[in-house]
Amino acid sequence: MIEAILLGAATAFVLTSLVGIYRVVVGPTMPDRVIAINFIGSNVVIVIALIAAAIGEPGALDIALVYALLNFLLSISISKFQVERGGAL
Amino acid sequence: MTPREIAVLLLSVSAVFFAIVAAVGLIRLPDIYSRTHAASKSETLGAILALGAVAASYGFDYNALKVVLLLLFMFLTNPTAAHAIARAARERGIEPWTTEDEP
Repeated sequence: MIEAILLGAATAFVLTSLVGIYRVVVGPTMPDRVIAINFIGSNVVIVIALIAAAIGEPGALDIALVYALLNFLLSISISKFQVERGGAL
Repeated sequence: MTPREIAVLLLSVSAVFFAIVAAVGLIRLPDIYSRTHAASKSETLGAILALGAVAASYGFDYNALKVVLLLLFMFLTNPTAAHAIARAARERGIEPWTTEDEP
């Protein structure tokens, strides 16, 4: 029962991430795309944690932790490059 | 249903609700600053509730401690990243959206 609930929540999170792809493609400015990528990355972290609990694979929680770290690093580094070098991307 | 199943169900449903709110805000709001607002607050609350559901499904053990650490990390970093992006947009000179009749 718990596994079914967690897998259903993971499905819903994947579907909301697909909405974020629209903003990545359309987004008029660069920060729009970065914020959408950040949104999708947070959703991926949540989906990894939910699936790790649903299929009984606790090792995948480490993957979720590293993915959250990389997601944070991506947003911060792109913002820093933009401010200091006037638009590296 | 056991109490643990009820707790996991409630936390998952509210997490999905806040994720949908964040997605709607990301699509419908007019400029980067308001989209940052939607994507940071609603998304952070959704993340916290979903990871709370995962921790509740584990109960009290080592894996739940790992999930709680992940939860605290996302609670700190998600708004920080959104703030940094909004600040970069401001320094780049993107004008905030206003209505027509405003001075």
